[in-house]
Amino acid sequence: MASYFNEEFETLPRPALEALQLKRLRDVLERVYAAVPFYRGALDKAGIKPADIASLQDLQRLPFTTKQDMRDSYPYGLFAAPMEEIVRIHASSGTTGKPTVVGYTKKDIDTWADLMARTLVTAGAHKGDIIHNAYGYGLFTGGLGVHNGAERLGASVIPISGGNTVRQLMIMQDFGSTVLTCTPSYSLFMAEEAKAAGIEFKNLKLRIGIFGAEPWSDAMRQEIEQQLNLTALDIYGLSEIMGPGVAMECFEGKNGLHIWEDHFIPEIINPDTGEILKEGERGELVITTITKQGIPLIRYRTRDITSLTYEKCICGRTHARIARMSGRSDDMLIIRGVNVFPSQIESILVRIEGVEPHYLLIVDRKENLDTLEVQVEVDERIFSDEIKVLQLLARRIEKEIKDMLGVTCTVKLVEPKTIQRSEGKSKRVIDNRKL
Amino acid sequence: MKVEQISIFIENKSGRLAEVAAVLGEAGVNIRALSLADTSDFGILRLIVNDRNLAMETLKNKGFTVSKTEVVAVEVPDQPGGLSSILQVLDNESINVEYMYAFVERCGDNAVIIFRFDETEKAIAVLGAKGFNMLQGERLYGM
Repeated sequence: MASYFNEEFETLPRPALEALQLKRLRDVLERVYAAVPFYRGALDKAGIKPADIASLQDLQRLPFTTKQDMRDSYPYGLFAAPMEEIVRIHASSGTTGKPTVVGYTKKDIDTWADLMARTLVTAGAHKGDIIHNAYGYGLFTGGLGVHNGAERLGASVIPISGGNTVRQLMIMQDFGSTVLTCTPSYSLFMAEEAKAAGIEFKNLKLRIGIFGAEPWSDAMRQEIEQQLNLTALDIYGLSEIMGPGVAMECFEGKNGLHIWEDHFIPEIINPDTGEILKEGERGELVITTITKQGIPLIRYRTRDITSLTYEKCICGRTHARIARMSGRSDDMLIIRGVNVFPSQIESILVRIEGVEPHYLLIVDRKENLDTLEVQVEVDERIFSDEIKVLQLLARRIEKEIKDMLGVTCTVKLVEPKTIQRSEGKSKRVIDNRKL
Repeated sequence: MKVEQISIFIENKSGRLAEVAAVLGEAGVNIRALSLADTSDFGILRLIVNDRNLAMETLKNKGFTVSKTEVVAVEVPDQPGGLSSILQVLDNESINVEYMYAFVERCGDNAVIIFRFDETEKAIAVLGAKGFNMLQGERLYGM
């Protein structure tokens, strides 16, 4: 028998769950229509008033919200609550230089902690667990999101954050960590480092790994489970919607991630046409937040590719499940858990005087860590006959990318016209990672 | 007193240097002196040639990144301490040598060294005052 954090809501019969969704959907529409000019304009343009929404099917009549809309409203334009009520601000990568900003009211933080606690219990964690939280703390929602949920659950959370792997391993061993939360690739990197440090995972107390923030595969799951001697489960979240804890794979079923439908309404669309796809069909995940106050989003296009099933799950939860993410409908890359858009790198290159943005990003995974190489063509405007000038330029680009995007890369200067151009639009990314 | 050198950006991959040489050879460009500076990723080939305009045009047409740089060709006594005597003068005046390389041909009893300075004009003045002979471009290209 599965255990629950909030049994009533997690196992709510679907008719009751859908009635709750409709009520909350109408409520959130009333709120954004009143408080957010963007949504008032969008609904007016579509000729819809919040009161017109009579069924969940009517959701399809509403316009989408995109990351571009968030950028256009930078930083606070989509907030539905006054700043006096915003108690926390997080941000994630935008498509160019500016990040995507989200704000939480006290109630939002409270809901998030509840949902994250629910997520932890869904993964099989409980009060008494020692949660080794190696997601980054900061503007990124991963660290603090998991942290608050672990405290809400009453588990002991170690806010270790990322980096310094040898120390992480020592703490994991000495503190008796039972649950590990980090990106899947970092867990495998830990396994490598553990071997070098002579630490055997079978001697550790780790029982469960909650891995997310980047795409992974079942093959990778098997490798992680074997190397780290734990049950590896998939977590999904994104800052625009809330952060970690939007959806979680259950320990019992281990087949798809329950998306918490009492707070989020998922849809799957054809990313090219916007048309709703049938249950089980693969497409882009669209989420409407129905309880958020700080920055509620209507039909937000996540750009993540997955499918949805309402089939009953053996864990007893009635909430729909999304399949493991299989890609993106845009060109966003996830490198060591950091979201990177090629356009962000392009805007950095343009800003560095003289560098024409003929570039190529080569992403690879070496010893379980993602690597990013940025190839930049050297033309006459940046060419110098002194080695050190060119090397300085390369280091400067590396530093700017690290400072702006938080991702380490190596810049390789290449001869002009060596980066392939196809029909006017260069191929910007080669992703050699085999997940 | 200044001499024009051409510099070519070359990626470190096999065959690139050979390609530059072939392109110049086919165009009838004669290389008078050269130096190759390299890192693990790329290199810079610096050349003194008999016809720099032809060389630049030919290389550009083949897609290479090429630039012109002003350097100084100084005659150095071909005997022990010859190079040192020049470097001492430059050091006294705090002129930095960005790079240097030797010319293929001798000039009478002297060797010829190509210098790239951080302060070209000052270097020419200082060396001239100390009695060092610097070669004119036209003479050098035709040597």
